[in-house]
Amino acid sequence: MGVKMIAKIITGAFALTLYSGAAISSYQLNLPAPQSGIATQIYDLHTLLLWICLAIFVGVFGVMFYSILKHRKSLGYKAANFHHSTTVEIIWTIIPFIILISMAYPATQTIISMKDTASPDITIKATGYQWQWGYDYLKGEGEGASFYSKLSTPQEQIRNKAPKGEHYLMEVDNNMVVPVGKKIRVLLTANDVIHAWSVQELGVKQDAIPGFIRDAWFKADKPGIYRGQCSELCGKEHAFMPIVVEAMEPEKYTQWVANQKKKSEATVVDVNKIFTIDELKTEGEKVYTANCAACHQANGKGLPGAFPALDGSKVANGPKAGHIKTVVNGETGTAMASFKHLSDVDIAAVVTYERNAWGNATGDMVQPSEINEFRK
Amino acid sequence: MAAVHHPDHGHGHEHEHHGAPSGIMRWMTTTNHKDIGTLYLWFSFMMFLTGGVMALTIRAELFQPGLQLVEPEFFNQLTTLHGLVMVFGAIMPAFVGFANWQIPMMIGAPDMAFARMNNWSFWLLPPAALLLIGSFFVPGGAAAGGWTLYPPLSTQMGMGMDMTIFAVHIMGASSIMGSINIVTTVLNMRAPGMTMMKMPLFVWTWLITAYLLIAVMPVLAGAVTMLLTDRHFGTNFFNAAGGGDPVMFQHIFWFFGHPEVYIMILPAFGIVSQIIPVFARKPLFGYSSMVYATSSIAILSFVVWAHHMFTVGMPVSAQLFFMYATMLIAVPTGVKVFNWTATMWQGSMTFEAPMLFAIGFIFLFTLGGFSGIVLAIVPVDIQLQETYYVIAHFHYVLVSGSLFALFGGTYYWLPKWTGHMYDETLAKTHFWLSMIFFNVTFFVQHFLGLAGMPRRTPDYALQFADFNQISSIGAFGFGLSQLLFLYVILKCIRGGEKATNQVWEGADTLEFTLPSPPPYHSFETPPIVK
Amino acid sequence: MNQETARYYVPAPSTWPITGSIALLFMGFGAAFSVNKIPAGYWLLTIGFSILFYMIFGWFRTVARESEAGKFNDQVDKSFRWGMSWFIFSEVMFFAAFFGALYYMRVLSVPWLSDLEHKILWPDFAGGWPASGPGITQKFTPMGPWGLPAFNTFLLLTSGVTVTWAHWALKLNKRGQLKWGLFLTILLGFLFIGCQAYEYMHAYSELDLKLTSGAYGATFYMLTGFHGFHVTLGAIMLTVIYCRVLSGHFKPEHHFGFEGVSWYWHFVDVVWLGLFIFVYWLV
Ligand code: HEA
Ligand code: HEA
Ligand code: HEC
Ligand code: CUA
Ligand SMILES: [Cu+2]
Repeated sequence: MGVKMIAKIITGAFALTLYSGAAISSYQLNLPAPQSGIATQIYDLHTLLLWICLAIFVGVFGVMFYSILKHRKSLGYKAANFHHSTTVEIIWTIIPFIILISMAYPATQTIISMKDTASPDITIKATGYQWQWGYDYLKGEGEGASFYSKLSTPQEQIRNKAPKGEHYLMEVDNNMVVPVGKKIRVLLTANDVIHAWSVQELGVKQDAIPGFIRDAWFKADKPGIYRGQCSELCGKEHAFMPIVVEAMEPEKYTQWVANQKKKSEATVVDVNKIFTIDELKTEGEKVYTANCAACHQANGKGLPGAFPALDGSKVANGPKAGHIKTVVNGETGTAMASFKHLSDVDIAAVVTYERNAWGNATGDMVQPSEINEFRK
Repeated sequence: MAAVHHPDHGHGHEHEHHGAPSGIMRWMTTTNHKDIGTLYLWFSFMMFLTGGVMALTIRAELFQPGLQLVEPEFFNQLTTLHGLVMVFGAIMPAFVGFANWQIPMMIGAPDMAFARMNNWSFWLLPPAALLLIGSFFVPGGAAAGGWTLYPPLSTQMGMGMDMTIFAVHIMGASSIMGSINIVTTVLNMRAPGMTMMKMPLFVWTWLITAYLLIAVMPVLAGAVTMLLTDRHFGTNFFNAAGGGDPVMFQHIFWFFGHPEVYIMILPAFGIVSQIIPVFARKPLFGYSSMVYATSSIAILSFVVWAHHMFTVGMPVSAQLFFMYATMLIAVPTGVKVFNWTATMWQGSMTFEAPMLFAIGFIFLFTLGGFSGIVLAIVPVDIQLQETYYVIAHFHYVLVSGSLFALFGGTYYWLPKWTGHMYDETLAKTHFWLSMIFFNVTFFVQHFLGLAGMPRRTPDYALQFADFNQISSIGAFGFGLSQLLFLYVILKCIRGGEKATNQVWEGADTLEFTLPSPPPYHSFETPPIVK
Repeated sequence: MNQETARYYVPAPSTWPITGSIALLFMGFGAAFSVNKIPAGYWLLTIGFSILFYMIFGWFRTVARESEAGKFNDQVDKSFRWGMSWFIFSEVMFFAAFFGALYYMRVLSVPWLSDLEHKILWPDFAGGWPASGPGITQKFTPMGPWGLPAFNTFLLLTSGVTVTWAHWALKLNKRGQLKWGLFLTILLGFLFIGCQAYEYMHAYSELDLKLTSGAYGATFYMLTGFHGFHVTLGAIMLTVIYCRVLSGHFKPEHHFGFEGVSWYWHFVDVVWLGLFIFVYWLV
């Protein structure tokens, strides 16, 4: 493609002068190769825009640089004295206007189809949390599936203590799985701050706004794994909440759904089940690491000024009720968001853990039934 | 009080005012538009260095994937403060500095209309800067929600956010007072014969900019006030649970924010429109269409704000409206670019530093304008929003736009201000270094954005590594080149070839009828404009 | 025309502006500390406000003296007119932000939150106006328009008439009527503030209408609160003008200080009409 070539030559020149020896082939210069109808339309639209802009650019600066080269004092060129021409001015007002219409027309068509979220095959709710995504399959095949999706790149890689993997920062523990060729409608919302759900290859980017529902749709053409990242600043781990969509053949998808069902049946627990303190603590540590350690730190010391220490905190060593309330409802107006989306078992476990970890030794434990009670 | 002053040998406005305070008190109490202009310019340059050091820290962290220099928390603070400091501390005050120095001289006025209030407009800025910079040192650190301060993230922040909010209030008050001053000066202080349509374009663009400021700064003040009450007094403007909407903040912010970006470019258009005809030795082409174009841009700027919000999920009709309105701005802006080209056409051009920067401005600003048009197209913006493509776009219009125009304007008027010619060779070197390193830094960011690298992230996927490295190298080169600028200015203030009254062969605006440097009160008796 | 007035008056160097900046430095840090409940903040805030009041009175006294000394020629007078007009315009835009917020919540966000789509998040929210929002359970009663608010409208409109009367008297050099007109305006202004304070107490104690009552409460208090604050400023300015009138300031053909304040008063009046219609009446 021509534009690509020109861009390649320009950057090639930059790259060579500045970074001699670098392999040019690893420089991606354009939007990623589109994998859905909409993404293809956008890709072509962008190419069209580039060509138009390039043409205007060459036109305008062709004239200007000709003038700069020829009409200079050092060549003895004498200045003319004209200073306006109504005809010319009208012409160069109208021509850009027409060019703009030629850009707006295809864009309008694409927008209208992007916005058409009607009659989807599958509806999935995606919720942004600080800092992970939650997916709930609401309608269509797979209804009922529900899981969290969190960065799986280990800290050692981020801290440069281990070599970085191929999908550094673009990999998660649970991919969002969809069948190919089906219209997927994504309902977006958030729990705490604004996040944005974005996968360029599928041509989707939609902000997830706390307290509101927004929607978007896509239809993956081919099986594959498509990666994106949270695209709205959402706090300190904003760089670390990727989105991974795995598109499968419908049969494989059906299988995945069946597996999902089995898994969730296996993990269903009776809220009235009584756990031992050790069970709660072990489970709680896991929940803590996944949800709380980003702010309160693994050692419970927090980050002074921003996030309070839980080690020795009044709340974690005070009455249970206050502790549960903070975790379930959050503290409005602070970064401590509500964690009511966690299961009763998880909340019971994490609270128990916090009350007995580090220097905290209340010795008490919280059972899931207490959380269930609190929620009512 | 209005004593007549004669310029004395070389030290220009530095000399004593009868019975006026001297030393530091002179600067703190001055009512002189040139002194105040100087204060503004130095202040903005210091803020530019401050914001630049933040930018360099950002670029150093982004030199490689992984976290090496700063923690993500701090990185976000740097990004936020870099944006705020550059916009409110560097670019805007620099233009106000130019307005202070130039507008009274260009329209033949003795001073600004409200000379004493003018002093206050400036001296409000240091407290605001102290609040902003000081916020790094309070518990929780500076605001880390981006310069756009979107809630609910900004309601989560600590005290640094409150300091930012109050800083914005104070800077807003400063801008409003400064703008009222400029509007009044332009409308009421012109010399006899200086009709509106004879005013130099710099004056025109500033008049329109001042209107924009008066209209939108109060709106920003309102927005951050609501943020403050949401944070501390239990209101629910930006909280769905209370019937509000986080997106409402974005609407109000961008109702300010988009005119704000034109506030940072219209005076630049003005400066370039002064420079080009002088070095082309040919009158400006299409003066009146320039005035109309500037006005159209200003008016349109009020109805395009939601192009920053194409991904929030607006109804399709709103997306279309804001897309069309945004695209329309290309028409008047194009008129300007074409007029500049036509002014150069068949001129008798020379290429001193001001001209180089003006041409560099047109060239790179247009590139930035094109990436703006690409972003205005909703489907494409949806791919590019919050990526480095946006960062590339606005550094093309802000750095190689506003900042280059400021550099050009400084070289253009520096001989007038100091009475000395600056070192042309060094200035040209400054231009070429800036030009090259600027593009190295920001051109590659277009590719990063297209490939999907999100902005406001301290770390990135491996596929973005190479371009980031290039960009970081460029940033350090660009930053260091600015030290040369500082050197050229200091050298010029301290001495150099004596500047004539006219300074440049083609210059014909009123300030060039005054001695270089001009007397303490520019036009004691109004000049008569033919 | 004497030597001074022939020229545009450019004031001598002055310490007032820097005094004001120091005040704002204290106020900025003071406010930031105060809202975060750091005790030093209240002190800083108090010091800041004291310096600010000192500065405002000092500055305006200087200007009044300059004016009475005849230093302001017609051109300066015109500058003041432009300046005041644009200042009032900026105030209009400040209120526009809050009216915009009211519009947005009433017409957009509250209906959105109660639509079918949002049942997933807020199953029980019925919407409508006045609303507090889906997450706020506390009930409140909205403020009706025809009691105190209507009386307040009457007060402010009357005060607009009295200040015009005073202006007319000043132009005809009828100092007695001028004093009466001003005095009545000030009286009506403070009466308004008193009624407004009573209304707030009533709202808090009997209607359960609070700043924290979601969309309605927030817009109600912010709009009426900032308006009330502006009325207070206006009333103080009128009082200052009244004192100047008592000491013989202002001439029939030269009295910008008076006019500026009366413009401001009319502006406050017009904002109130907007409030009365959109906040109280159209519920
Ligand atoms: C000086 C500042 C400045 C200027 C002048 C502009 C000018 C323009 N900007 Fe830009 N913009 C910013 C500063 C500026 N911008 C900033 C700071 C942001 C990011 C804020 C943030 O999120 O932090 C931003 C973001 C931004 C966005 C949002 C991107 C996103 O977040 O997703 C958009 C989208 O429409 C946009 C569009 C435009 C357009 C259409 C113009 C137009 O005015 C450009 C017009 C100029 C030309 C088009 C070139 C000359 C014309 C011709 C030669 C005529 C012929 C041309 C045609 C027919 C096309 N800008
Ligand atoms: C208004 C003008 C303006 C200007 C002039 C600049 C100038 C620069 N900016 Fe930027 N920038 C913004 C406005 C501006 N910026 C805004 C609004 C944002 C968005 C913020 C947000 O997302 O909220 C942004 C964001 C932004 C980012 C994205 C950050 C992120 O998303 O995480 C980056 C990254 O490369 C960047 C880089 C730069 C660089 C390298 C420069 C260079 O041009 C700077 C060059 C100057 C110097 C380097 C100073 C030179 C001085 C020295 C070297 C001497 C040091 C010596 C002493 C201290 C004694 N800027
Ligand atoms: C986004 C950052 C963040 C995350 C994630 C987070 N917290 Fe918090 N937490 C905070 C902040 C900030 C506060 C302080 C709130 C305040 O000022 O009232 C806090 C306060 C608390 C407190 C009260 C401490 C005290 O002494 O006041 C408890 C208990 C707590 N969090 C538990 C948790 C648990 C359990 C989790 C995970 C399930 C968690 N937090 C996740 C930011 C976070
Ligand atoms: Cu979530 Cu950014
Ligand atoms: Cu914009």
